[in-house]
Amino acid sequence: MKKILLMGNPNVGKSAIFSRLTGARIIVSNYPGTTVEFTQGKMKIGDERPIVIDVPGTYTFEPSSKAEEVAVKMLTEGDLVINVVNSTNLERNLYLTLELLEKNVPVVIALNMWDETKHQGINIDARKLEKELGVPVIPTCGLTGEGIKELISRLREAKPIVSGISSDTDKWKRIGEIVESVQKLTHHHHTLLQRLEDVSIQPASGLLIAATVIYGAFWVIRTLGEGLIARVFEPLFQNIWAPLMLKLGGLLGEDTFLHDVLIGKLTDGSIDFTMAFGVLTTGFFVPIGMVLPYIISFYLVLGLLEDFGYLPRLAVLVDNFMHHLGLHGFAIIPLMLGIGCNVPGALAIRILEERREKFIAATLMAVSVPCMAQIAMIIGLVGERGGQYLGIVFGTLFALFIIKGIIMNKLLKGASPEILVEIPPYRIPQFSAVLKKLWMRSAWFLKEAVPYVLLGVLFVNILYALNIIDFLSKIFSPILTGLWGLPKEAISALIIGFLRKDVAVGMLGPLNLTTKQLVIGSTVLAVYFPCIATFVVLVKELGIKDMLKSAAIMMFAALVVGTLLNIIL
Amino acid sequence: MLIDLTQLKPGEAGIIKELRGGFGFTKRIYNMGIREGKLIKKVSSHFWRGPQTIEIDNARIAIGFGMAGKIFIEVNG
Repeated sequence: MKKILLMGNPNVGKSAIFSRLTGARIIVSNYPGTTVEFTQGKMKIGDERPIVIDVPGTYTFEPSSKAEEVAVKMLTEGDLVINVVNSTNLERNLYLTLELLEKNVPVVIALNMWDETKHQGINIDARKLEKELGVPVIPTCGLTGEGIKELISRLREAKPIVSGISSDTDKWKRIGEIVESVQKLTHHHHTLLQRLEDVSIQPASGLLIAATVIYGAFWVIRTLGEGLIARVFEPLFQNIWAPLMLKLGGLLGEDTFLHDVLIGKLTDGSIDFTMAFGVLTTGFFVPIGMVLPYIISFYLVLGLLEDFGYLPRLAVLVDNFMHHLGLHGFAIIPLMLGIGCNVPGALAIRILEERREKFIAATLMAVSVPCMAQIAMIIGLVGERGGQYLGIVFGTLFALFIIKGIIMNKLLKGASPEILVEIPPYRIPQFSAVLKKLWMRSAWFLKEAVPYVLLGVLFVNILYALNIIDFLSKIFSPILTGLWGLPKEAISALIIGFLRKDVAVGMLGPLNLTTKQLVIGSTVLAVYFPCIATFVVLVKELGIKDMLKSAAIMMFAALVVGTLLNIIL
Repeated sequence: MLIDLTQLKPGEAGIIKELRGGFGFTKRIYNMGIREGKLIKKVSSHFWRGPQTIEIDNARIAIGFGMAGKIFIEVNG
């Protein structure tokens, strides 16, 4: 037994079982399509260390999306399949099971979400199901870990069962018989959560709830982010890190090259972390002191919404609106992930079916959805000048989002596909699971972002030292100064923007810009190009040709928006 | 009398009698559990030919207006 595959319908809890089996930390959410690429880890059974693969969910082995194709390809490589079945929806889930049993691989069935059957008046005789199917069937609950031990201990019993290929009609007939004999339903009253499910999917009350949820979410993100900065991160940097850096600066001696690179420029003999631009000062302050607090508060709120199961409902409510932009409602999920960081957002674009909508979603995200790192910096820098200016920056991005969507929808051949998605039940988020996910995402940010930020700040110092910035700023001054009304030195921010958007926005700080210039600079930086990490993912997802088209649209948008703002403001 | 899913009112239920449309489409919804002979209940219908949400077995599914128009249902009474 070398390779174990976890397979099943979307949103049945494969990832939760995966992390129980391997101890690996992966993202688990309550909506279909959380896992778009397979994840692998190792588990231990006695002396063996087989590889376990968490395969994206699929309804059938005749795939209709890229995530499902991944699932089908994986099947040929597995030595054993754990078929994860949602026991609250046995009938539909068994179709994939019967398909699997015809593939001549050993199968074990995990009857997952077992705990929920009790609340829903569903009674399944697991032993009888085992006899009917001829493979081990174990009731499990991935979130609490119930049944996982038994699942592991019975993996060895799995043997391929010899069965011919049957037609679809035969399969459904067989499923009907199986369900009839193993499942009993008793009446149950709607719980409070189920009643909440009902009102949040009705058009009028649903929109009201959506508006409240979104407003509430942003309020919490901002309040928590600001609170963390004021009470934790600012004091940490001002009271502990600044004196340390000043001492180090004294040792290095001011006006030395090393002092410039590590500590940066002092303001009246003290360190202003947004102005200094040394690797050890601004380089650490940007990702940890300014961005991390917002990353934490954003992912906490997102994690709660994900695990509660709210996002697919939001997708349904905005479906109509999204059609005008050439997308369907489900595209809201990659876009919302993109607010955290465009990289996972770009990866999630895979849950969309067609090339056209992938292109539109990717372009819209790269142009108009700034990542939380960038948002945090904009809030820090522009917000200082007054809340209304934040309104201008984000309002412009939102208007751009809609206008570009409408234009692309008109110009690109084809029509927006329709939504077809399963809506999971609401589930009360588990506190520990939400914290674990928050921790994973924050740690991922620190690991991925901090090195790039430090590199970015170092890079800026080198570019200045070699006079390259001077040279480039002369070349690009017609656009920067002529069209956008920015000082030509702002080119340095645009260059660093390819690497990290947060540092790029931060670089506008020391330029002593007017408020108008700051607004234009921040907006242009959001629009003109994605950061390198997002770019690489998008090239992989869209192909180089589509990505180049998308990039041309971005740069054109930046030119137009920057110029318009310069004229209007 | 056969009506399509978009004509069903929220709260009403019926039995699916016929799926029209291409093979790819019928296959896709088949695999999500939407098929002939099943009891289907409309949960909500969104404005301006928006998505329809339905309940079938124990699952809720959101389906576009155009697709919903290809699912034909018989309502009792």
